[in-house]
Amino acid sequence: MATATASIEPTPIRADELVQGTSLWKDAWFRLKKNHVALFGLYTFCTIALLCLVVPFFTGYTYEQTEISLKASAPLEPIFSRSEARKVGEPKKSFIALSNLEDEFLERPQSDRKAIVAKIASGEVYQEGRDTYQRSNQRHVFGTDPLGRDLLTRVLVGGRISLAVGFAATLVSVCIGVLWGATAGFAGGKVDTVMMRFADILYALPFTVIVILLMVMFGRNFILLFVAIGAVEWLNMARIVRGQIISLKNQEFIEAAISLGLPSHRILFRHLIPNVIGSIIIYATLTVPNVMLLEAVLSFLGLGVQPPLSSWGVLIDEGSRTMETSIWLLVCPAIFFSLTLFSLNFLGDGLRDALDPKSSKD
Amino acid sequence: MALLEVENLRTYFYTRGGVVRAVDNVSFTLEQGETMGIVGESGSGKSVTCYSLLGLIPRPPGKIVSGSALFGGVDLLNCSKEQLRRIQGKRISMIFQDPMTSLNPYMRVSDQLVEPLLVHDRMSRSQALTKAIASLEEVGIQDAANRINLYPHQFSGGMRQRVMIAMALISRPEILIADEPTTALDVTVQAQILELIRQRQKDLGTAVIFITHDLGVVASFCNRVNVMYAGRIVESAPTDEIFARPMHPYNASLQQSIPALHKKGQALFTIPGLPPDLTIEFRGCPFASRCAHAGEICKEQDPALKQIVPGHKTSCIRFQRGEIADVRIKNFVSAV
Amino acid sequence: MSIFLELENVKTHFPIYRGTIFRRQIGSVKAVDGINLQVRKGEILGLVGESGCGKSTLARTIVQLIPTTQGAVILEGRNLSEISKAAVRAERVNFQMIFQDPYASLNPRMTVYDTLAEAIQTRQQIDKKLLLEKVGRLMRTVGLPSNQMRRYPHEFSGGQRQRIAIARALAPEPRLIIADEPVSALDVSIQSQILNLIAKLCREMQLTMIFISHDISVVKYISDRIAVMYLGRLVELGPATEVVEKPLHPYTKALVSAIPIPDPQVERRRQRIILQGDPPSPMSPPAGCAFHPRCPYAIAACKAQRPELEQKESNRFAACIRVGEI
Repeated sequence: MATATASIEPTPIRADELVQGTSLWKDAWFRLKKNHVALFGLYTFCTIALLCLVVPFFTGYTYEQTEISLKASAPLEPIFSRSEARKVGEPKKSFIALSNLEDEFLERPQSDRKAIVAKIASGEVYQEGRDTYQRSNQRHVFGTDPLGRDLLTRVLVGGRISLAVGFAATLVSVCIGVLWGATAGFAGGKVDTVMMRFADILYALPFTVIVILLMVMFGRNFILLFVAIGAVEWLNMARIVRGQIISLKNQEFIEAAISLGLPSHRILFRHLIPNVIGSIIIYATLTVPNVMLLEAVLSFLGLGVQPPLSSWGVLIDEGSRTMETSIWLLVCPAIFFSLTLFSLNFLGDGLRDALDPKSSKD
Repeated sequence: MALLEVENLRTYFYTRGGVVRAVDNVSFTLEQGETMGIVGESGSGKSVTCYSLLGLIPRPPGKIVSGSALFGGVDLLNCSKEQLRRIQGKRISMIFQDPMTSLNPYMRVSDQLVEPLLVHDRMSRSQALTKAIASLEEVGIQDAANRINLYPHQFSGGMRQRVMIAMALISRPEILIADEPTTALDVTVQAQILELIRQRQKDLGTAVIFITHDLGVVASFCNRVNVMYAGRIVESAPTDEIFARPMHPYNASLQQSIPALHKKGQALFTIPGLPPDLTIEFRGCPFASRCAHAGEICKEQDPALKQIVPGHKTSCIRFQRGEIADVRIKNFVSAV
Repeated sequence: MSIFLELENVKTHFPIYRGTIFRRQIGSVKAVDGINLQVRKGEILGLVGESGCGKSTLARTIVQLIPTTQGAVILEGRNLSEISKAAVRAERVNFQMIFQDPYASLNPRMTVYDTLAEAIQTRQQIDKKLLLEKVGRLMRTVGLPSNQMRRYPHEFSGGQRQRIAIARALAPEPRLIIADEPVSALDVSIQSQILNLIAKLCREMQLTMIFISHDISVVKYISDRIAVMYLGRLVELGPATEVVEKPLHPYTKALVSAIPIPDPQVERRRQRIILQGDPPSPMSPPAGCAFHPRCPYAIAACKAQRPELEQKESNRFAACIRVGEI
């Protein structure tokens, strides 16, 4: 801490001699690091995001690659290949899961079927007619869906979509909301009233109807999806930013900035908005899960992404329909989705505590 | 027998930044009907001392590490919750600095005034209400019978403080603790409130502990003064003595830095340095780093309050040893 | 002594509205209600008053943070109330304000360097290397070590922050500074440091200053002249020592007598004037002389007409019809 002495040193100042300060961001980061729950949220979320981005290249399957014979196989179920020799060309290869293997030999009596399945399961090669059955090395970590598509790849690719929609829509809402709210709050008076009444009117319109209308007008478009969601979410952001700006406007350092004769745009962008960014970050972090949920709802309604592309919402929808027979189709995407929502919420809460000006040392 | 005897009070706060030794070995006595002032700047521990007596310290993070406070045979720091509750508000009351937040904004003034009577004296509501109206009149609120039904926000700042005083004195306590009751008020209103407290004290014979940072208020109001610094009492004396013959450099420095005692153009004395960091355990005197009279011994020996002449104690080591005759700072080069 | 700043019948009223959709004005808060004042070049004028008297509003009106409802603020012959907003902005480098709360008056996200550099460059653009020098010099002027310039406000104590605020006010090289209760939020031992600093800077830089405070002993210590404000108007004006030692207006007398003096002998001998009632609110000012409901010397005539600030003795002005008699 500095002591107040008046020393007269006319020596020139060298930039490297200056003591670096700890900005409020660094302060907040230290506080965040001590919050274990928030850190858990942060790391979990980063892990999930990384998995979604990278792992699909390594699973060995694509999200759309179907294998009907593998319909709805359970996670890590043993898989067998059936090579059907053909008169001309390569034998046709298909894959069958252990649970469906019995169905291949329906013409035989039951005792025979069990014996054959046991034989193949133990590793023997079994031939019947033109078909050769043998163990395969293929594994589906999360199993497959009714069309035989690898669930792990679908969940991770779906994650890309969900997260992209979440962040993109939030970005749109932040951009519009901050500009709108900051302008309304800073201008005050009639401009403020008009801008916020307009937002109020929009707020009263039912979200689903608007999205349906937009979809009808412009077709089911992936980009349109997050523009539509963003166009709805900005309203809350605008309100929050406006409130913050209004309370900041009366602070003495803003009065000081005005007294210095600084132009309005400088006051808005250099003095007001940087002090509001904390709230914006917190609110944005908490908006992403909301947006992802909205996207899931849209998928339930059939307005979401087009198949074969899917999001977690779509996967959960599909999975919920086959809940009784193949529960993994619901559980796997649901776990990822829930974990992501929890993580972002924990992180958002942690950010709120870390960025709270009242907890900064004074 | 003294009314209140506080001995070796230590209240520490255990925080992430360290242990804050807010009150570090404070002892004092309060006689019947006496007005005692506790003077100090922010961080000196003056408020925490009195909050400790009434069990108002949040624990965690606070903890009364040691000490005793004997009041009528009961040790306030080591008694049951029930015993303390019966004393609070009835035999020892407190008024606080901010009249805006000390009254419950959702309750009418009448309800707040009768509450201590209903709880402690077990009166009927109509009896309590009569007494409450009388107490408002005693503190100079006009038209009390009607205004008692108003809400706190309908009173001005000065009036609210009067209501607080009425509330505090309504059960005729033996001790009134006033924590900076006039700091948030305008100067003319402050004069009114001080006059009021002085008057009520005379009528009721209540002892008053008056906490303030304003030496001027202390000069007109208190019989005795304790000066606190860094959680300890550094000087204790009757009011006249504190001003006429200061025996601790901090006390002298404070007096010499007040504009009221200076002529225009006469440079004010400034105490160099910053208020102490209470998380550090001091070796020697906590004021040594800022003291113009500091010597080697001040940094090594732990200071203790010692009586120099009857009634006048100081903890300045060098003064105790007779090494300094006058603690006032002469010929200072005023720093800016 | 030339007139540096002139306030001509300055009034600042805030309208009170009623209704939500169709609002009509039902009255106004007359925070500043007709101030006539001339501040001489190089003087320190102390402005004293209690809460509700309008001194902060007056401060903000002078620096054009709040527009005047009526009247003129004339700085060095230029009428600030008449010129365009852009012209006012250009003039701002000539007058600056120091605010009360050292914790709220600095942008928490800007380093000391950022804050001071921005303030310096309002007068002229300077290249970076020279800027570093200037900021350093400015910090040393207010008693702060220049190697701290890359730190943030929350890393400094209250007194140090106030020094930064003073440095910011000095940076555009203004000729007039309005200090709105600059030491009220500081501890006693720090107050004296800052007062010494302000006195020194005013002397060395020949600044004209209006020093606002509710503490008349501080104002007496630092000012050349004192103006006493009550409910939006001036009630007394004169040389500092005389106003405090021989007040003319009853309110000034009460104000002076209410200040606790840290000297028990003096305190015991004092004649105390205790006012009745609370300071009035500017929403419903009393008729005639605004002070008459609390004045121990009020007579019938006081209720009838509002007294003007008039010269009673040489250099001494008071707004009271009974000055000679009391």
